[in-house]
Amino acid sequence: MKKHADHMPCSMSRVKGKGNPIMAKGAGLRLLMLVLIGLSLSACSTAPRVTGPVEPPLRRYEDFVKPGQPNMLDVKDSVEGFNRGSYRFNYYFDEYFYLPVVRGYEFIMPNYLEGRVSDAIDNMGEIRNLTNNLLQFNLKAAGITVSRFVINSTIGVGGLWDQARKMGLKRQTEDFGITLGHYGTGSGTYLMLPVLGASNVRDTTGLVADLATSNYLGPVAWINDSTFTYAYSGIYAVDRRHRTPFRYRQTGSPFEYELIRTLYTMKRDFDIEQSKEKR
Amino acid sequence: MKRLLALALLLLSFIAVAPAAAAPPQSYFYPFVNPYEATVMELPKEFEVRLPDKVPIYEFVVRPFPKREIPEVFWYENGLICSLVYQDHKAPLVFLVAGSGSRFDVPRMLKLQKVLYQAGFHVISVTSPTHMDFVVNAASGLPGIATDDAKDLYRVMDLAYQKVRDRVDVSYFLLAGYSLGGFDAAFVAKLDDQQHRFNFRRVLLINPPICLYDSVSALDRLLVDNVPGGMDNFDNWFRGVFSQTMHLAEAWEPGGLSGESMYRTYKRMQPSESNLAALIGLTARMNAADMIFTADVMNGGGYIVPRNVRLTSTTSLTRYAIVAYKTSFVDYFEQWLFPHYQKMEPGLTREDLLRRETLRALEGYLKGSKKFGLIHNEDDIILVSGDIEYLERVFGDRAWIFPSGGHMGNMFHPDVVSAITGFLKGKEE
Repeated sequence: MKKHADHMPCSMSRVKGKGNPIMAKGAGLRLLMLVLIGLSLSACSTAPRVTGPVEPPLRRYEDFVKPGQPNMLDVKDSVEGFNRGSYRFNYYFDEYFYLPVVRGYEFIMPNYLEGRVSDAIDNMGEIRNLTNNLLQFNLKAAGITVSRFVINSTIGVGGLWDQARKMGLKRQTEDFGITLGHYGTGSGTYLMLPVLGASNVRDTTGLVADLATSNYLGPVAWINDSTFTYAYSGIYAVDRRHRTPFRYRQTGSPFEYELIRTLYTMKRDFDIEQSKEKR
Repeated sequence: MKRLLALALLLLSFIAVAPAAAAPPQSYFYPFVNPYEATVMELPKEFEVRLPDKVPIYEFVVRPFPKREIPEVFWYENGLICSLVYQDHKAPLVFLVAGSGSRFDVPRMLKLQKVLYQAGFHVISVTSPTHMDFVVNAASGLPGIATDDAKDLYRVMDLAYQKVRDRVDVSYFLLAGYSLGGFDAAFVAKLDDQQHRFNFRRVLLINPPICLYDSVSALDRLLVDNVPGGMDNFDNWFRGVFSQTMHLAEAWEPGGLSGESMYRTYKRMQPSESNLAALIGLTARMNAADMIFTADVMNGGGYIVPRNVRLTSTTSLTRYAIVAYKTSFVDYFEQWLFPHYQKMEPGLTREDLLRRETLRALEGYLKGSKKFGLIHNEDDIILVSGDIEYLERVFGDRAWIFPSGGHMGNMFHPDVVSAITGFLKGKEE
């Protein structure tokens, strides 16, 4: 078996070693650095290699697409070479590290306890929903979020049970990427982040901002202890993958990269539209 | 929510079915009367056969062309994966061939494995020759012609059995497939009658097309005819369907995005018939596009990919994807497959080639051999009028035709399951 480094995109093998999506203090900055270094070093070519006199194919792109005609599969992707390398890295990371860890977790934990962990993680994540609902001046959703947090932290025993949902208070999921989109920020170019997966410039900025908030106002700030920080980050990462049904190569399509890119973009556009309608 | 939907549909179907209920004499009851709904919707749990949660399974890889260099653009391909579901005692072994564009481990295959395991069989599951994994690792040329796909399949089956023969005690061999896999099975059985590697005792065709060309054209028309405003309006239509779906899937987490999960979510709602039909057509079109692009790359390009270029793991495939998704199987057959075969066999006519794509060409063989069985539905959307009567004529008392169920929607209905296992066990009488 090849080592992971062999599968990394051309620019990434120099910045490897940040394997875990650690949500610890400074992780946001590290992540940003990683992305910036990755982008600046990105030199992977997106053009095919020519091996002889190139003959145009029978079905040419130019014959099927009029200039200026938009297509769903066309998403702004200025660093596609890097992104495709990153996608490939994520496939191997998932296969040889992330999923085995998650399978171990699922093997050890009874399903019921997995649900409690997810609820607890969600409860601690309410800070992100609160700040972003406030930033969008969605006071009703912010109020619901505060009520949820209070109810779940008390009656729900530290967030282990989502009692608020049973009372009809639905989780008001927001993040800073949506907030930026809400105020008209364009998505910027598409990004396939190492480990974290599909994103774009706007949502990556949002992710970093949300991490910073979590560091200064969230669970990491409540308990100032590095062991807790690492445990929380580790469990967060495992729980997140545990809850994500997506598996690489599940589409069975040679165009999986394009399909993920389009669906991710459409989903985020939809979320932003929803945040505008809510008010 | 799902229960409610099932209940609502059940009520609806009572209303719709009541006047006609006297017609079919069987006790068979199926909740969906609309064939598009039947095809897409999951059968409510109450109507489904009970299956074991887990079965003993072993996955392994075969490489029919060990020296083949896999192009870098398919960096994730490394041999063709197959699976064996095994009994701990001597038992018959069923080779199970997946439907068009499906891998050996799609949900339908996993469920069929359980059905067959429960009935006492070993099962080797094989990916469809139209799936990209098969095209990259196991196809000898351009895929899509049944007689040649059967040769590739037979080679894979032979290697697969060699790999696991020490693990299982096999009394005799059987063959089964659904949809295109059932169609393939007939051609593989013919081949086996010449080469005698397995001497299949029984061969079961579940919801196969009769004429592949007609069936794929019908499926493609479902897409083209049902997108309002035509294919130029596809993006708008899809965005509408997408946001409709999202409204119903609030639980969706970002990152949980895949065609599969979207399709599953969509199944939970009750969309319009034309949207359902278009979605079925879209799935078929995408499967074809994936196969055609992969086959083009594996055979040196010229159709969608230019000749004399090497695609790498970072090459942008977006332009090829756009063209591929605008390419139907019929385009591929007329513009690429037929000329390609004509070059290899001068004098070959289009009709000659089409004759290799239809069960009608095997009519005498299927009629004469008692080992063939057929399961089908009267309202299957891949058939055209007259097809069912034809199949009844050819398969006679070895045909089980259900009045409803669409294209394989009823596969795990207890009546269908007992027809499958009963025929393979040889106890149908």
